[in-house]
Amino acid sequence: MKVLVAVKRVVDANVKIRVKADNSDVELNNVKMAINPFCEIAIEEAVRLKESGVAEEVIAVSIGDTACQEQLRTALALGADRAIQIDTAQTLEPLAIAKLLNAVVEKEQPGLVILGKQSIDGDNNQTGQMLAALAGMPQGTFASQIKVEGDEARVTREVDGGLQQVAIKLPAIVTTDLRLNEPRFASLPNIMKAKRKPLEVITTDALGINTAHRLSTLKMTAPAEREPGVMVANVAELVEKLKTDAGVL
Amino acid sequence: MSILVIAEHDNNTLKAATLNTVQAAVALKNAGAGEITLLVAGENCGGAAEQAAAVAGVSAVVVADNAALAHQLPENMAPLLVNLCQTSGYSHLLAAATTTGKNLLPRAAALLDVAQISDITEVVSSDTFVRPVYAGNALATVQSSDTVKAITVRGTAFTAVEASGGNAPVTQHDGAAESGLSRFISEEMSVSERPELTAARIIVSGGRGMQSGDNFPMLEKVADKIGAAVGASRAAVDAGFVPNDMQVGQTGKIVAPELYIAVGISGAIQHLAGMKDSNVIVAINKDEEAPIFRVADYGLVADLFDVLPELEQAL
Ligand SMILES: Cc1cc2nc3c(=O)[nH]c(=O)nc-3n(C[C@H](O)[C@H](O)[C@H](O)COP(=O)(O)OP(=O)(O)OC[C@H]3O[C@@H](n4cnc5c(N)ncnc54)[C@H](O)[C@@H]3O)c2cc1C
Ligand SMILES: Nc1ncnc2c1ncn2[C@@H]1O[C@H](COP(=O)(O)O)[C@@H](O)[C@H]1O
Repeated sequence: MKVLVAVKRVVDANVKIRVKADNSDVELNNVKMAINPFCEIAIEEAVRLKESGVAEEVIAVSIGDTACQEQLRTALALGADRAIQIDTAQTLEPLAIAKLLNAVVEKEQPGLVILGKQSIDGDNNQTGQMLAALAGMPQGTFASQIKVEGDEARVTREVDGGLQQVAIKLPAIVTTDLRLNEPRFASLPNIMKAKRKPLEVITTDALGINTAHRLSTLKMTAPAEREPGVMVANVAELVEKLKTDAGVL
Repeated sequence: MSILVIAEHDNNTLKAATLNTVQAAVALKNAGAGEITLLVAGENCGGAAEQAAAVAGVSAVVVADNAALAHQLPENMAPLLVNLCQTSGYSHLLAAATTTGKNLLPRAAALLDVAQISDITEVVSSDTFVRPVYAGNALATVQSSDTVKAITVRGTAFTAVEASGGNAPVTQHDGAAESGLSRFISEEMSVSERPELTAARIIVSGGRGMQSGDNFPMLEKVADKIGAAVGASRAAVDAGFVPNDMQVGQTGKIVAPELYIAVGISGAIQHLAGMKDSNVIVAINKDEEAPIFRVADYGLVADLFDVLPELEQAL
């Protein structure tokens, strides 16, 4: 079967983002960008499924401008066989992303689609679930383990109270949680090889999908700063302060 | 306009997060978005339905009691929500931003062809909301043009409404069906005598500095002295010290207790995102440069293996 992996280009996880002075957006100029960490986990899982003989082909897809080809090349270096960029200059909402991904699903007919559970920029946690709805497929979200058995996938999900196991019929959508795997590093030869792997570019227009925004961002503000704290010398002083000054004990 | 809140429950009892979500619905109601209906979907969920009817501020309870909803799998739940929205014309669909709500609501939103507004922390008006983005380093004020506003609610941003005092009429709805797409297999839920993380008044969290799961009892003894919940950083969970449901942070649980004590946690952006709205923050770390001290009200630079036994004694 084919495995399709959705990869997003986002601000690097180590960057502390700041709000622009005019409150219109966050400052993204000259900020380090990277593959969304959850998407990296998704690629790794797909590649492992191929290495274990469950999958025949791994296809990485990203929606964005030309810059996201960088993250697609990373996916190829990590072991994806080919890549698709859906070209758009706009920043799209999860519903539009899910519709575009669904068009790719219809064309490629993958047995499994793996997405990250959350993009670390917008913190939406929506796209996989939306894609599952649009494709009429079941969903195994926040996965910490995936086992493909016959015509279904057994997925262990990280839920608030612990872990849950579900069986979902293939084709299916899975979204990754942090404990699913530990992504490998791309080796230099694989980075070189990735440059020659096929990368197809499709325009959003060609897919004929309405990607109009449903939400408008009226403003972007910085959260309230915390008051500077005090250092205490020892446990006795700490407990004293918590009892009398803070009144929380 | 009217509001449908999806109750979170285990068929017998209502989960605390439901009461915070209803508070967001009350804010919407006050902003002119109409009456509040609470949906209890499950199997043999009469116990939860009874509790739902007593929740303050709720005008009606709809119960969908069906074997297909026993585990509230999203493949069966989402069509039910669509059906309810279409037949009853709800303008607002609310769920808690828990793993249950996050799993379900986007699926329903996509079927309704509407956007979802995730993890709101404030209701500005019936169509405008505030939500944190970039791990809480920015707050976006967003306005929705959709006919149905699908919203998940961050529990820590809304105080719980009273669990009692209401007396809403209960009606049955039988529109649920088995999709045949998914099956529940099993669940391993953590059992703990301690308070739940998202509802605790005090949390003591351990990080990589704890070195091993075997050292967590030191932390737990402190927690038990003050009736606290125990949390952890991602590093502590990844290293297998403690289970996944203890992770506090951007991609784990969001908490805002009266008192948060971070022990052997450096204070990475992703951890701060989950706890920086706590009322009082204490940091215990042997590295005085650790970023956690920048958000701490009280900082103690010391070895946690000295501090924890002393703290247990002093409390
Ligand atoms: C996509 C993504 C999502 C993430 N989500 C989360 C999340 O939800 N929650 C989260 O917590 N992290 C999350 N992280 C991870 C985060 O970036 C940090 O790696 C993590 O929080 C570090 O955990 P830590 O502070 O326990 O470990 P470290 O950063 O290793 O810090 C350990 C600290 O312990 C101190 N220490 C060591 N020994 C002692 C001692 N004997 N006494 C006192 N102090 C001691 C050290 O000085 C150090 O400051 C995420 C990362 C990514 C990329
Ligand atoms: N622009 C995009 N291109 C490709 N995949 C995306 C894009 N946006 C979101 N996704 C996928 O959806 C997941 C969840 O994103 P979100 O719903 O935005 O939190 C990501 O981890 C990706 O797998």
